[in-house]
This record gives sequence, C-alpha cells and structure tokens, in this order.
Amino acid sequence: MSTFLGIPGIRRRSGASDGGTPADGGSTAGEGPFGPVPHPDEPLRWGDAFPAAAKQTLANDQLRANLGHATRTIRAKRASVVGEVPDWEALRDTGSAVKEQVMADLPDLLAQLEENVTARGGVVHWARDAAEANRIVADIARAKEADEVVKVKSMATQEIGLNEYLADEGIAAIETDLAELIVQLADDMPSHILVPAIHRNRAEIREIFLQRMGDAPEDLSDVPRELAMAARAHLRRKFLSAKVAVSGANFGVADTGTLAVVESEGNGRMCLTLPETLVTVMGIEKLIPTYTDLEVFLQLLPRSSTGERMNPYTSLWTGVTPGDGPQEFHLVLLDNGRTDVLADEVGRSALHCIRCSACLNVCPVYERVGGHAYGSVYPGPIGAILTPQLTASSGGVSGADDVNASLPYASTLCGACYDVCPVKIDIPSILVDLRAREVDADRGRSGVDPWKAAMKAASWVMSDGGRFGLAGRAATLGHGLGGSDGVISKAPPPASAWTRSRDLPAPPKQTFRQWMAAHERDADHPDANYREADGYDSSHSRAETATNRSRRPGGDEGETTEGRR
Amino acid sequence: MRIALAATCIADTMFPGAPSATVRLLERLGHEVVFPRSQACCGQMHVNTGYYDEAVPVIRNHVTTFAPVADGEWDAVVVPSGSCTGSIRHQQAMVCRRAGLDDLAATAEAVSAKTYELSELLVDVLGLTDVGAHFGHRVTYHPTCHSLRMLHVGDRPLQLLRAVDGIDLVELPEAESCCGFGGTFALKNADTSAAMLADKTANIRSTDAVVVTAGDYSCLMHIGGGLSRQRSGVGTLHLAEILASTREDPTPLPTTRTTEVAR
Repeated sequence: MSTFLGIPGIRRRSGASDGGTPADGGSTAGEGPFGPVPHPDEPLRWGDAFPAAAKQTLANDQLRANLGHATRTIRAKRASVVGEVPDWEALRDTGSAVKEQVMADLPDLLAQLEENVTARGGVVHWARDAAEANRIVADIARAKEADEVVKVKSMATQEIGLNEYLADEGIAAIETDLAELIVQLADDMPSHILVPAIHRNRAEIREIFLQRMGDAPEDLSDVPRELAMAARAHLRRKFLSAKVAVSGANFGVADTGTLAVVESEGNGRMCLTLPETLVTVMGIEKLIPTYTDLEVFLQLLPRSSTGERMNPYTSLWTGVTPGDGPQEFHLVLLDNGRTDVLADEVGRSALHCIRCSACLNVCPVYERVGGHAYGSVYPGPIGAILTPQLTASSGGVSGADDVNASLPYASTLCGACYDVCPVKIDIPSILVDLRAREVDADRGRSGVDPWKAAMKAASWVMSDGGRFGLAGRAATLGHGLGGSDGVISKAPPPASAWTRSRDLPAPPKQTFRQWMAAHERDADHPDANYREADGYDSSHSRAETATNRSRRPGGDEGETTEGRR
Repeated sequence: MRIALAATCIADTMFPGAPSATVRLLERLGHEVVFPRSQACCGQMHVNTGYYDEAVPVIRNHVTTFAPVADGEWDAVVVPSGSCTGSIRHQQAMVCRRAGLDDLAATAEAVSAKTYELSELLVDVLGLTDVGAHFGHRVTYHPTCHSLRMLHVGDRPLQLLRAVDGIDLVELPEAESCCGFGGTFALKNADTSAAMLADKTANIRSTDAVVVTAGDYSCLMHIGGGLSRQRSGVGTLHLAEILASTREDPTPLPTTRTTEVAR
C-alpha cells in the first residue's frame, strides 16, 4: 500500500489511539487483511488463554497444512544431521553443563563480560526491564539522528517490543531477516522462534510483498527465488543507507567480550558491518564463560535449529575495531524477569535455552496449533515454560487470572522436546513443576474449583486399596450405560469434553481385582498373605466370585459361571 | 520368579484385560504372580496435573504396598503401563522429597529400582523375546510417549510382537507422534487433543490393521475412543493381551462399533 512506501516498519502499537480498531485484528482501514494477530502491548502476554486461542488457530486449515509440512521437513533434516554426529549426546551433556555453570556464576561472568567489552571500546548498558532497554536503544538512535535502523532478527527485541516502541518515537526499525520482514510487512506477530513466518505460504507472501513492500516488482510470482530476490533488492537499499543497526546475540563470551550472531541469509552480516553504530540487545542468560565454549554451541545450534551442519554466516565481534565495521558499539544487557527465573531451582534451566527451536518443530501440540496460540513471542514447549516464568508476578506464579497460567498445561508431556533439546532442558518436568506452583498458589482462593474438588476426592479413593476396590466395583454398575455396543457416545459435562470427539468405553462387568480373586481361587493360589495384608474381605470375595467368575474380565466374550447355569 | 503386579488404577477399573493377560502370560511362562490388594494408583494423574499434596497419600499407598520387593519378598514388580512405570521411576521420589518426606522418597526409589514395565520385564529381566504367543491378525503398534521417551523401551515391544506366531505386524506411519491423550490434557485442551488424535487414527487406518496395540491402556482408551467414534472397525488391545494369546487360548478380537454384539 502506498502509505507504506519505503517505511514498512512504522506502525502504531495496538494500544495507541489512532482511530483504528486494533482490537479486531490490528489493521486499520486500507492496510489489508494480513495481520491475524494485532500487535499486543505485551509481547509475552496476548490474546486468550491457550485452550481458547488454540481452538481458533486449529480452525485455520491453511495454517495446519503449512505447519504440518514445514515442521515435518525440518524435523527430518534435523534428525539426519544430528544422526551423523557420533558424540551428539556428549555434546548435549557439555552444553548443559556449561549453561549450568553460567547460571551458577552469572553475576561474576556478567561483570567480566562488561569489563572486556568496555576494554575493547564498547559501551555496556544494563536494562532491568523492557522499558529501560527500549529507552536505551531509542536514545542511542536519536543521538545518531537516525530515523531508520536496520535489524538483525532477534528474540530479545521481539520480547521487549522494540520495533513498536521505536515507531512511537518516530524511528522505523526495519527487519532484514526474510521471514521477519514478511511478518513485519503483514503487521503480524511471529509464530516461531526461528521461522517467524512459518504460518505463511508463498502465495500469501507474494500478496504481502505486492501490497506492503512498496517496491516489489509488479510481475512478482510466488516462486521462492523471485520472492527472495525482491526482498533482497528492497533490503539492499536499507543496508546501504542505515546509520544504526540493532541486533540480538546468540552468545556473549565473558572472557573475551566477544559477541556472536549466527544466521543463514547474510542480512545479519550486512547489519553488523555496514552501519556506523551497532546496538546489541542481549538477554543476560546468553553468556558463555570462554571463547572455546563456542566450539560446543556452534555445533549444537545449527544442527538443532535449521538442520544444517554449519550455518552459512557466523559473525563474531569484540568491541570496536578502528577502521573496520561499526565504530560505535553498545551492548544492552537485558534482565526483564530473568533473575526471578534464575532464583527458582527447577525453573532456572529454562534460561539454558539457546533459541534453536528444535522443541517447537517436534512438538505435536505446536504442530497443530501454531505459535500464535501461545500468546507470546516465545511459543511452543520452551515458550510454555519460559513465558509464564518471565511474566510471573511473585514467587514464580502467574495466578489463575493470568492467561499465561494456562501455558504449562499446553502439553501432553510427550517428552519429544526434551529428547531434542541441545542443552537438555527437561521441559516436561518443568511444565509439571509450574503446574504444581499454580495449583499451590490457588489453594488459598475461595470458591469452588471443580478440578480441585475432583483431585481431592480422587486422592482419598486412590490412597487405599479397599476404598479403590469398592469404587471400582461401584463403577461396574455402569456397565449397562454403554448400550448395545458397549460404548458411551454422549456424556454430560465434564465428561462431554471427552465424548465430543471420542467414545468412552462403558465400565467392564468386573474389575481386575474381582477377576484376580476368582483366578486365585481357581488356581488354589498358595499366596494368601495379600488378603490379611490389607484386611480384604475374603468371604465377600468368595461370594462374589461364585456368581461372577470370568476367565477374561471386562469383555463380553468371557465365559461366566452365570452363563453356564 | 515371584512377581508382584501393579495393575494400574485405570486398567483395574476400566481395562481389566491388560492386567489379567499379564497374569496369564507370566504364569504360562512359569512365574508366580502376586497381586497385593492394598494397591490403588501410582499417583501420576495427581502429579501431572500439579496436585502434589493430593498425590502424596496416593504415592505413599503405592510405595508401602510394594515395599516388600525392596526386601526381597518378591523378585520384581511388573506394571502393564509405560506411563505409570515412568511416574514410579521419575516422579514419586521427587514429590515425596518436595513434601519433606525423605524416608518415603528413599523407599520409593528402592521400590522403583525393581519395578519394570511389561516389555522391560520380559526382555531385560526374563531374557525373552519369543513368549510362545499366537495371534493370527493384522496388528499395528503405537509406541506410547512415556514408554518411548521416559523409559526408553526402544523396540522391546516390537521384538516381542515380531516373535508372535501368526501375527501380521505392520508399521505405523509417524508412529512416534503423540496420540494427544496426555491425561487431563484430553479434557483441558480437548480441541488440540482431538486434532492430534485425528492424525493418529488416520495413520492407524492407513495400515489396514484390525488391531492397534500399545503398552498403555490410557493412550489406547483415547485412540480406541476415536476409532470407535469413526466406526473404523479397528479395535485396541494391550500388548499383554496379544502376548497372552495362544492357539489353545486365543485372545478374541475386540468388539468394535461396526460389529453387531449379540447379547
């Protein structure tokens, strides 16, 4: 659209009053239909709670098809290149151990990093939260009289909503990673850590370029190479004119003060070398102690993320080098909730994450619902443990009223994420721990919580063999509920959540322990201790088995003594 | 061997075929199976839903019930479930410690060290892959997530199935993808769960198998519920029910909703 000619990065945050209706889709009149997710005020907390948000994204057939194809492809690539590394497990162990050491020594390592960056001519800034980090970056850009900055793809700057903040300050932040550019042009939110436009297909991308890029060729097709070339031409002009670049960092090396960015497209290298001023925003957890530790992570990261043996571009820089590259370098060290996460013994390993996104690609939940359902720039399994911890109020808890409290439940605990994590973050265990934190935090709340009531009742029944046996026997009375085909197809709430899409088998005629009692009598079982052990009523057992003996419990095929009579 | 059976709460009340088949199988192999009646549940449902306090008495009951295995009264505890074995091995002690119950945690660890999922017991402890079973039907196997990724049973269940006489074992496409059950996930995130199930049942049906088998009846309840809703004609059987089947005493095919049931 003409209003976006040349300055695609400028837009307002959804909260800003511009007469538009950001709440209904984020796009004001004439901006087109591209942004399914309006730009939120909080990049780590937007939209509905996970179940409702997922219900919406599940209804998007195009999204499901795109994601299914994309995640299957990248899963296969990763598996293939990981499989060829004989010491992969040892590498993972090392990566995990290094990150544990970083968390243990974080204050000292950060001081060491600051010292080394400063000694090499860089300027280090400390930002407690998003607002401070944004202000620091904006101040630097303004001091350089820049109304436009080029950006290297960065999760940290997504997390703090830097682009939107700069836009409000009259500074256009231009994303130069191809997928990030697509997301930005569409006024959309990223849906994947590594492939932020994974929810788009090439036909959609062509439309976005034609309508939003401003200088896309009129005869642009949807052939990937043509799309890439259009973006390349568009971005080249930006690289050459920008005075300030903003990046994130994959790694910050404490003992040398070196920063590292790994990427595939070369746009990062352009940003990191051409403009006079470079500002890097780095989460404080991205530290590694020594330069040689890069050896481990530069093997783990590309194979885990893009399924490449080595990423095409690895840029390393240390402070300022006179006459070569940016002559002014600022490093913004971002906390934004990280020290609170660090304080938790179980949850802190979420800070080990190197943002490879392997966990997203293998996650069966992510594959179906996509990134937007998580309501955070960190989606998928890592998002489900990182987001609620970063946004937790106090004591690492979100609280029942916070939509992010639903994230730890957005998993079947299938464990695929843990298996692929290059730094061995035990995501399923942290998810369970976060669930327990939420449950415990809600214990003091008044009112009836059906889950809590059910869990309490179940605990009483399930902590005693006698009570459980009686409950099971009572359940067999429901055997007839199954009707002629033995299944329940429609149940009242809350079981209706089950029967909406699956049948439920009716309880069997006989529980296992009833069958076992009969079986033991049949076999004249020598072991009689079990009955005395828990006061099981053996006389009752005898009476029961005499009339209800079955070789095979539960099924209707079993021969019963009743049937023989 | 003298083997104590942890039947699991869901199989005890809803799917007695799995533990009873485990009993018949192990007895056929010459072992003694003991069913301690004070057992109820391992506590997994409470733990995975975040109700640690409520899980503690459930875990205590399980640990106390099976504590004799640590003293050698039984040689092993067998569980016809990957996820329950996983919870026993990886969660019980952690929850006890968090509640300040270090002694109970230590007992839980001692019990779990002698607790085996069925395929682990057969292959690793008893050293068997051919258990002398006969099952003359087309079967596909779904490796459940916790057996695969918490216990790392690998292809042990497949080794056992391949040795079954008469079986037509077909590979399940995208076998290692979760079926979408996830315990309370199936209710709390029913829509996402159903979407995952749709892909799982489509893959199962593509094999033309008449039976899908697995080591967990919880996942099979979910998968079977979907297959039944679709009137697919594909039934579910626990791994134990196939391994217990012999020519003389065959496990019948499960009834499905396309089948008329005479009563």
